[in-house]
Order: sequence, then C-alpha cells, then structure tokens
Amino acid sequence: MDFELIQRVFIYFVQAAWITVELSFLSVCIGLCLGLIGALCKLSPNPWLHYPARVYVSIFRGTPCLIQLFIIYFGGPQIGLQLEPFPAAVIGLGINIGSYMTESIRGAILAVESGQIEASRSLGVGKSQTMIKVILPQAARLMIRPLGINTIALIKGSSLVSAISVVELTYTAHRYIGSTYRPFEMFILAAIFYLAIISIASFLIQKVDNRYALSL
Amino acid sequence: MEGLNFSVVLEYYPILLEGLLWTCILCVSSIALSLVCGVPLAVGSISKNRAVQLPTNFFLWVFRGTPLLLQLFLIYFGLPQIGIYLSPVASGILGLGIHYAVYNADVMRTGIVAVESGQHEGSRSLGLSKAQTMRKVIIPQALRNVAPPLGNNLIALLKESALVSIITVPELTLSAQRAISDTFRPFEFYIAAGAIYYCVNYLLELSLKRVEMKTAMYR
Amino acid sequence: MVRLVNVHKRFGDNEVLKGIDLEVHRGDILVIIGPSGSGKSTLLRSINHLETIDEGEIWIEDIQVTLPLKGRKYEKHINQIRQQLGMVFQHFNLFPHMTVMENITMAPMLLKKIPRKAAEEKASQLLKKVDLIDKVNFFPAQLSGGQKQRVAIARALAMEPKVMLFDEVTSALDPELIGEVNKVMKKLAEEHMTMLIVTHEMRFAAEVADHVVFMADGVIVEQGPPDQLFKNPVEERTKRFLSEVFK
Repeated sequence: MDFELIQRVFIYFVQAAWITVELSFLSVCIGLCLGLIGALCKLSPNPWLHYPARVYVSIFRGTPCLIQLFIIYFGGPQIGLQLEPFPAAVIGLGINIGSYMTESIRGAILAVESGQIEASRSLGVGKSQTMIKVILPQAARLMIRPLGINTIALIKGSSLVSAISVVELTYTAHRYIGSTYRPFEMFILAAIFYLAIISIASFLIQKVDNRYALSL
Repeated sequence: MEGLNFSVVLEYYPILLEGLLWTCILCVSSIALSLVCGVPLAVGSISKNRAVQLPTNFFLWVFRGTPLLLQLFLIYFGLPQIGIYLSPVASGILGLGIHYAVYNADVMRTGIVAVESGQHEGSRSLGLSKAQTMRKVIIPQALRNVAPPLGNNLIALLKESALVSIITVPELTLSAQRAISDTFRPFEFYIAAGAIYYCVNYLLELSLKRVEMKTAMYR
Repeated sequence: MVRLVNVHKRFGDNEVLKGIDLEVHRGDILVIIGPSGSGKSTLLRSINHLETIDEGEIWIEDIQVTLPLKGRKYEKHINQIRQQLGMVFQHFNLFPHMTVMENITMAPMLLKKIPRKAAEEKASQLLKKVDLIDKVNFFPAQLSGGQKQRVAIARALAMEPKVMLFDEVTSALDPELIGEVNKVMKKLAEEHMTMLIVTHEMRFAAEVADHVVFMADGVIVEQGPPDQLFKNPVEERTKRFLSEVFK
C-alpha cells in the first residue's frame, strides 16, 4: 500500500467526489419532478396523459442506463443535440431515475387507503383538492423510503457517466490506475468516498423518514 | 431529423447478434453465480458466530455501497496487481456475479428471517441439526418467498451487464460500438441496441412472472 | 327528501340491487337492516354516488343525483350534492395527517370558503356536542375507536348537511365503545336530522327508528314502523332473520 501516492492524488479524488455529489443532486431533482408528473399522468384516466407516461416508464426502466447516456451524448449530435458531458450526464441520469421514481411515487399514492378518498369525496371535496389535501400528504410519508432507495441507486449509477468523460469519482479512479499502476489503492480511495457519500445520504433519508413517521 | 439511416443496422446485424449471444452467456453465468453465492452470504450475515457475521456484513456493506463499475475495475485491473489475471469475460462474470450476490443476499436474508419460527422448532424437535434445518427446511421456503424480489434483481443484472463493455467484454454494447466505429452512426446503433435489450428484458420479465406464479402456489 | 326509484346495481354478473323503491321524508330516521350481502351498504353508498347505479333514479329533494353528466359537469354536480349529504363510515376514515380540529374544518373552509375563525368556532361547538372538546388538537391515531367515530360524525355535521348517512358505524367498534356513538346519534335524532342508518344493532334500531326497512338479496322484503316490523313481521324471510338475530 503506497500511502505517499494516496496523499498525492487525494485532492483529485476530493474534487471528483464533489462532482459526483453535484451530479447526483441535480439528477435527483430532475428525477423527482419527472417522477411526480409521471405518477400523476400514469394515474390519470385521460389517455393522452396515461399512455405517454406508461411508455416513458417502460422504455427507461427496460433499457440499460448506459445505452440511454450514449444515445444522448454520442447520438445527440445526429439529431441536432450537442451537449457537454456534464449536462448530458445530468439529463440522462435524471430522465432515467425519473422513470423509477414515477413508480415509487405512484405506488405510494395507490397505497393510501381508498377510505380516505371516499371520506374526502363524501364531504363534497373535488378530485384535485382530494389529491392535494388528503392523498399526497399521506403518500409523501410512504414514498420517502422507496425514493431513498432510488437516490442511492442513482449515486451508484453516477459512475456510468465516467464513460462519457465526466470527471467524477470512477473516472478519476480509472485515470489514476493508468498512470500509477496501483489499482487497489485507487479502488480503495474511490470506494471510501462512495461509501461516505452513500452513508451520509442514507442517514439523511432515514432522518427524514423518521421525522415524518413520528407526526402521523 | 436529417441523415438518420436505420438500414445500416440491418447490414450489421451479425455483429449485433454475436454481441447478444455474449450478453446472454454473460448474464446466465452471472445470474447463476449470484444465486449460488447469495445463499452463503445471506446465511453468514445472520450467523450467531461473530467471526463469521462481522466480516460478512462488512463485505456486504462495501459491495452494496460502491458502484458496479468500480468493482469491475477492481477485478479487471486490481487482481493482476496480486498476480491474478482474468479475461474480460471472466472478470465480467465475476464482477456481475458478486455484485448481485450481495443484493440477493439481502433479499434472501429477509426471506430466511421471515420463515416462521415454528418451522425451526418443528424441524429441530425431529432431531435435525441447525445446518440440516437450514438446508432442508428453511432455505427452500425462504427462496420461494422471495422469488419476486430476486426476479427484480435478475432483471437489473441484465441491464447492468451493459457496463462490462467498458472492460472490453464483446457483448451487445461493445458490438454496437464496433459497428459505430465503422459507420459513424451512434444514434442508430445505440437505439438498435436499446431495442434489443428492451426485448430481451421483456422476455425475461415474462418468464419470471411464470416462475413467480409457480412458486406462489406453495406459499 | 330522498327518493330512490327502481334502482338496480350490478357488480359484474352479480345483481346486488334489484329494483329498489324507497322514500325518506324530512326529519325521518330510516333504519335499514338485513343479512350481509343484502345490498344495504351498496344502497346507502349509491345515494351519495360512491357507488354508481346501472338503472333507476335517485333524488335529493328536487335535484336528481343520477343525471347523465360527464366530465367536469358531472364533477361539479356531484360535489354540490355531496355537500348536502353527510356520510359516516364503518372504518371512520379520518384524515390521519390532520388534527381533530383540522379534520372538521377542512371541508367548510375549502368548499364554503368560511374563514378559519368561524370554522373553528363551529368545530368547537360540534366537538362539545359529541363530547370531545378536550381532544381538539389530538391526532386520530391518539383516539379510541369510539372517539374517532364521534369526530367523524362532527366532521360530517360541519358541512351542515340535509341528510346524514350512517354505514354500519358501530360494527368496527369494541362493544364498550358503541354506547357513546349511539348517544350522539340519538341526540341528532332528537334534533330531527334526516338520517339513513344501516346497522346490525336491532335494539338501537328499535329505539331510534321512525321507519325500518328489511333488505335481503337485493330487494326490500318488508318495511314499516319498528313496532310493527319487529313485533309482527309479515314476510317469512323477515321472520327468519329476526328469529336468528334475537336468539
């Protein structure tokens, strides 16, 4: 184990870790928006909303994320879409995780007891008000854990964007394997950062989950 | 959309087909490995023996908390550092297999714990040892209980198999890249590869549903 | 007040309501009894259109619930009607993420645009009526079954409905908690609220009802004042049911 080497490259890994965090955060934001819209569309009786949502989820959950990133980054220019690596990565990861989050959110909404809808509607409250005031607040508590799982998956999935030259943790590890001939040390460095990021993310998600469970 | 020409895909279909074949071989082997390794990992993680439980859980934590791609690099680039040279395909199978063994272990552990304690008691009172009880009574039931989540892991494995193209395994994604380096048409070929993955994924989902229904009968 | 004309309802191949005709006058307390599966709950739930019917008409005063409207128009129509009906459910269906006060004030504030202070005042009055004023800031999870049901009644009353519908409201309660809910319902009856009650509790029915309807297999077998129906039933089916119940 070459510690002097680790010290030398450490700063690059810190920078890369920050990119990983930034990337993950932005993609999760996009994913959440797409997820909420997707879930509501998929639950809608209107076929113009329902079918596109179904197709979106089916395609993006049914194909590899790597292929989706390649289509956007390498294939994009052919259809007039020239993106830098980082934006392509954020969009690609965001759209991909959005399809999983659609299902997480939809599942949570469906899990709210039907009696709640009946009670609200019996009072005369309309469909959208029932969704906003009664269903979504209850679904929000139920969706935290599945969305948390999606987020952790995204953080790990962010390693894929190294293949479209985004300088994040996995790219950095790969790069320094080449120049230092010490793959184990590079793996360990990258692993430590990933484990740290994921542990912190898990902890935060758990805290949010606990807080909402208490007030119920 | 000017200049898109999907007919080139048809010209290169032999290459894509070869890639698909490797993808299937890769996936079948990795799935088998992940199921086989998942069981001892699951059992180890709930072992009463601390010398087994702690290292197992540490191993699971590390491999659960790091990306598959990084693990593939560890195997393909890292093992040579200690003198083990594996081919890309072997590295791919090992990497996918271990990564998903870890996910499967988590699922199986839940299943094992969920088998009623009455089953333990019934078996032990007949005179079976702990190990025999595990093997003959608990694990078979646990596996049937967790067929659906295991199925989901297998579907995920199929999709993540695309990553091994990065360590030069000649599967579907790499084949598409070979075609692209010839024709300079990434959009058409990646869409084609995506469509092929989609179809295989669909078929896998259908077969898993069948398996699920069969195992559900015993639950 | 409430009129059902030749109401039919099918669930798939199974016809659950086979031509129901019923009339309820203002201030009446109508109790519906019958074996499980007779269609009593379905009948009640059709009145506020939680269940849609396949044939027939339902009228609340001079407005038809079952107008053949679609989309937005239907939504507006049914929401208006439901504001005039209050429903209390077997499983309470209180909103778990809101306090007792919020449960009661949500609909009046949202639908009738009543300002918060006025809504909370009204809610407090209702809570006093159902004897739960000390639980005003509690969450449903912190209440007993009987308390939850009383809050549910207050919530329905907050909209000042013309008719109250009670769907087996004591069936999910522990026996010792049934009394407190019955007490509230008796109070309402004394105030001449128009009430349609589906229940298994014969003694309560006998005490409170102006009119009893016995249903079985999707039809109204017999109906009449409680004295008559309970003491001198005419139909065989009614006799069989009552003898089982009063064993």
